[in-house]
Amino acid sequence: MTDSSRDWPLYEIFIRARAGLDHKHVGSLHATDAMMAIEHARDLYTRRQEGVSIWAVRSSDIVASDPADADALFEPARDKVYRHPTFYDIPEEVKTL
Amino acid sequence: MYTQGLDSLGKDCLRDEAQDIGRLEQRFQARIDAEEKIEPKGWMPEAYRRTLIRQISQHAHSEIVGMLPEGNWITRAPSLLRKSILIAKVQDEGGHGAYLYSAAETLGVSRDELIGQLLEGKAKYSSIFNYPTPTWADIGAIGWLVDGAAIMNQIPLCRCSYGPYARAMVRICKEESFHQRQGYEIMLRLSRGTPPQKEMAQQALNRWWWPSLMMFGPSDAESKHSAQSMRWKIKRFSNDELRQKFVDFTVPQAEFLGLAVPDPALSWDEAAQHYRFGAIDWSEFEQVLKGHGPCNRERLEARRRAHDEGRWVRDAAVAHASKQAAKEKSRAA
Ligand SMILES: [Fe+2]
Ligand SMILES: [Fe+2]
Repeated sequence: MTDSSRDWPLYEIFIRARAGLDHKHVGSLHATDAMMAIEHARDLYTRRQEGVSIWAVRSSDIVASDPADADALFEPARDKVYRHPTFYDIPEEVKTL
Repeated sequence: MYTQGLDSLGKDCLRDEAQDIGRLEQRFQARIDAEEKIEPKGWMPEAYRRTLIRQISQHAHSEIVGMLPEGNWITRAPSLLRKSILIAKVQDEGGHGAYLYSAAETLGVSRDELIGQLLEGKAKYSSIFNYPTPTWADIGAIGWLVDGAAIMNQIPLCRCSYGPYARAMVRICKEESFHQRQGYEIMLRLSRGTPPQKEMAQQALNRWWWPSLMMFGPSDAESKHSAQSMRWKIKRFSNDELRQKFVDFTVPQAEFLGLAVPDPALSWDEAAQHYRFGAIDWSEFEQVLKGHGPCNRERLEARRRAHDEGRWVRDAAVAHASKQAAKEKSRAA
């Protein structure tokens, strides 16, 4: 990172829109360090009061599942419909269940 | 997470033989037909990737160069409020450029490379930004017509098959409406003002009308990439369809201003419920695209100057970051 003409590290930006909500991924930006990432995120993603809190995470620090593994990872949940409340038939007469 | 490791992943997927590529392409098209979004790490045809890099980076460059004609009036806006509005608008355009460069980077190209292409004059950007802004009314006409045409182009892109591009467009479209409305309001004030003010508005409309229609690109018959882009759902409507829609929306707005659209052939077709308009001078479009527009040279020079004059700031930021990192390291040791 000594050559300033090279791309700076990439940060993923997460914004909390209002107190009580989750931080949500909004996009990414380049910055030389975490502080600059926060400052740029402020300018880039909250010009209209879109947030009350910012997380910046080095993109290279994020571990992601491989799309090629999607079947292996998520397929097993597909046939377990009994995990949903709507799987069970309960007579109409039974209330508040 | 969206940029790194893309190349190695791509090679991995391509390890299979040519027949497998055919199968992958079929599956890819099936996902697109089912309106599934394509994401950076998934397999995609090389031509799809190249088309997107070209389109998204041209779009990003247009946002950045587009700051220049309007930036020209920031110091001379007629009131403090107008100055604040114009700064906010130009800042939005810079933001749009940043969102779009990020989206392009997810396809495995670096921002450095893209900006380099722009500064070397190798990249294209929307030819509209090579026209000058001699009066304050041009700022009104740009917001109303240029941002108006951009919105017409951009709304369908919110449903583009490539996820990161579509998401960037959603963010951008949310901000564009303010741009168009502030521009129209400038035109409204001028056209309700003194006769010279109204004349200034008319002149600006005369200057920007035809270039705005050209923003939709060549006629469908001439457009090289249209059909494939439609199949890939990068594009949803043809250039001519969008241009027609723009004319239909905009002519009544001009009438409300009491200004004349500079097209003697313009007429309302009652049966078709569309405005018919005159032929576009595509030779002008080609000239501007080739670099012979009124401001091509000036725009690129302004970008280069900004890049060069900002170098010391970038150098300082990098020096500061490595100093901090070294301090942290010695503290940890
Ligand atoms: Fe924009
Ligand atoms: Fe805009």
